[in-house]
Amino acid sequence: MLQRMGGYGVIIFREEFKMKKSFRVLTAFAAAALLSSAANASTLDDVRKKGAVTCGVSTGLPGFSLADNKNHWAGLDVDVCRAVAAAVLGDASKVKYTPLTAKERFTALQSGEIDMLSRNTTWTLTRDASLGLNFAGVNYYDGQGFMVSKSLGVKSARELDGAAFCIQAGTTTELNLADYFRENKMKYKPVVFDTSDQSVKGFESGRCDALTSDQSQLYALRIKLSKPENAIVLPEVISKEPLGPVVRQGDDVWFNIVKWSLFAMVNAEGMGITSDNVDKMKSSTNPGIRRLLGVEGDMGKKLGINADWAYQVIKQVGNYSQAFERNVGMGSPLKIARGLNALWSNGGIQYAPPVR
Amino acid sequence: MTHRSQTGQGPDTSVPGPAPWNNPHIRSIVFQAVAFAGLVYFFYTIFDNTLTNMERRGITTGFGFLNNEAGFGILMSLIPYDETNTYGRTFFVGLLNTLLVSGLGIFFATILGFLVGVARLSNNWLISKIATVYVEVLRNIPLLLQILFWYFTVLQALPSTKNSMTLGKDIFFNNRGLYMPAPVFEDGFGFVLLAFVLAIGLIVYWRNWAHRRQNETGRQYPVFWISLCLLVGGPALAYLLAGMPISWEAPSRTRFSFSGGMRVIPELMALLWALTMYTATFIAEIVRAGILSVSHGQTEAARALGLREGQTLRLVVIPQAMRVIIPPLTNQFLNLTKNSSLATAIAYPDLVSVFMGTTLNQTGQAVEIVAMTMGVYLTISLVISTFMNWYNKRIALTER
Repeated sequence: MLQRMGGYGVIIFREEFKMKKSFRVLTAFAAAALLSSAANASTLDDVRKKGAVTCGVSTGLPGFSLADNKNHWAGLDVDVCRAVAAAVLGDASKVKYTPLTAKERFTALQSGEIDMLSRNTTWTLTRDASLGLNFAGVNYYDGQGFMVSKSLGVKSARELDGAAFCIQAGTTTELNLADYFRENKMKYKPVVFDTSDQSVKGFESGRCDALTSDQSQLYALRIKLSKPENAIVLPEVISKEPLGPVVRQGDDVWFNIVKWSLFAMVNAEGMGITSDNVDKMKSSTNPGIRRLLGVEGDMGKKLGINADWAYQVIKQVGNYSQAFERNVGMGSPLKIARGLNALWSNGGIQYAPPVR
Repeated sequence: MTHRSQTGQGPDTSVPGPAPWNNPHIRSIVFQAVAFAGLVYFFYTIFDNTLTNMERRGITTGFGFLNNEAGFGILMSLIPYDETNTYGRTFFVGLLNTLLVSGLGIFFATILGFLVGVARLSNNWLISKIATVYVEVLRNIPLLLQILFWYFTVLQALPSTKNSMTLGKDIFFNNRGLYMPAPVFEDGFGFVLLAFVLAIGLIVYWRNWAHRRQNETGRQYPVFWISLCLLVGGPALAYLLAGMPISWEAPSRTRFSFSGGMRVIPELMALLWALTMYTATFIAEIVRAGILSVSHGQTEAARALGLREGQTLRLVVIPQAMRVIIPPLTNQFLNLTKNSSLATAIAYPDLVSVFMGTTLNQTGQAVEIVAMTMGVYLTISLVISTFMNWYNKRIALTER
């Protein structure tokens, strides 16, 4: 809590401090009391000084960001944090994870408590335009769905008129649900919990008929149930949920680094570079691969980071396909198909601009 | 001193006082003014810097969002609310839910607290030990854990809608809440209300009259029983005469749960129960301390006058104990109100959960919303505190 208060302190006292000298002492004292993390205008300098990327993640969502009992974080969202750390610091393990609830996440980013947010966050106009934030790409194309218990005998969301829904507070889910039911002239009862864990608990104990969330989350939450086989995910997808990493507005250097760390992973998949063959690929004759891996050109310099930034990302984190399969795909308990998240060349919509 | 009286002038006018900067009175005013100005400037700067920085970062500010459409549903609302209403209305929905649970909590906790406080002092071994165990256990477990316990462990262990417990034909109890028939007031219900108001008027009159008579003649009248008769009998009679103008709308089974009727959601039950049980332990201790603070001589004197045990407690001990009880009791009321914000842990839609939760997230206007929410709790607390101070003054010992 204190840390979060410090967050507001940062908003209040950072930058533009229009003060008379006589009050410097007083305000410096107050600022010291309120500040929790020293933040300055350049996130990149800040990260280099700290020697770590402070990354906001979820409080525990299998496949996306989840800590094991040794506080070792893993997941698709976590891999974006690790990619940024690899690109900037050359070491993917130099990430400090800050678990945030949906309600806390934007304030934590705005106030400078975290350097970037990678927490299955939907890119919407309101968030992009009025929160002082920038979305740095999409690492998972999602859509909102419903999970019900098999015994309910429901085959489609259209049959859920009058049902109670467990939702996590502070998500686009709340609005989509309201829109969907209004559009279809049906009634519903929202039971809003603070964390996704609590909403699963509410669903499991029978407080609600259905659990609604992004479909990827539903699959992830389903394996948290004591009897996953008793629940089914309904086929309807009622919204577009492009999820991606978020940074503060006004620091374009950092914005670019986060954006291109993600693009590097996607580009690597397109070029067939994996963590296993990346060393061999360095001697490839393909100019695109050579540029990406920093053998040729000065891409790293343009971003303000090391020349081998993308090499480190691919070597330590892997390409997008590797991260996907490892965390949410066939190599994981979630077994989610690539679907929309396949590369554009494979029938999906994952696409990264060229490194040139 | 002497030459002043010789000149015959007024004592102070001609003598030059100390220089202004040596005058303790002027100095204290100046220092206070400087400190005050400093404080104002300090807060102004915080305010101004916040606004400037938020603007620079492209964060929307201002209270315009309150008029925008909210677009999300709320589980329980005391006023009509749907998704097309504004964010401003979500504020009132949350506020009313907070006031509801706080008000009910204060009511029940006070009653339970008084009972347990008296029970702990009981001569009956079993009663006093049960009260002691209750107080010691519940006040030493964090409230949040208790709320989660009642909500997730107790209430959710209730049967599902299909296997609802039923009481009579129309009352259902399951893990979605308590469903009861809702009264529908028809024409002529006004007479019942009228009879109710009339009964209260009569009771006040009867009490005053009985009191006066007792002062004059020493004769006692059964004030309580007659009051009760008036209160129940009057409206009941009016109800029958007006042709029973209340009908009941029973909850009816739907595919997923029930519709119609009245419904108490389990979130409210769990929160109210936990707040009541927890706060009552503190109130019990306060009541016990208050009663113990009244000298035993008072009890003995009351007995010597021939008052019965109950009368001694009600007429002699409690009124004196109240002076000790009220101030800390106020604290407990304030605590309960503030603790009601733990509702956000379970899905009860109170102010913090709805307004500082969902609304804050949808709009992202943290500073405004947090300020408004804090303002609300501050106002509620100040109102309770003002009322209790007034009440305290009223019952304070008047020395004649």
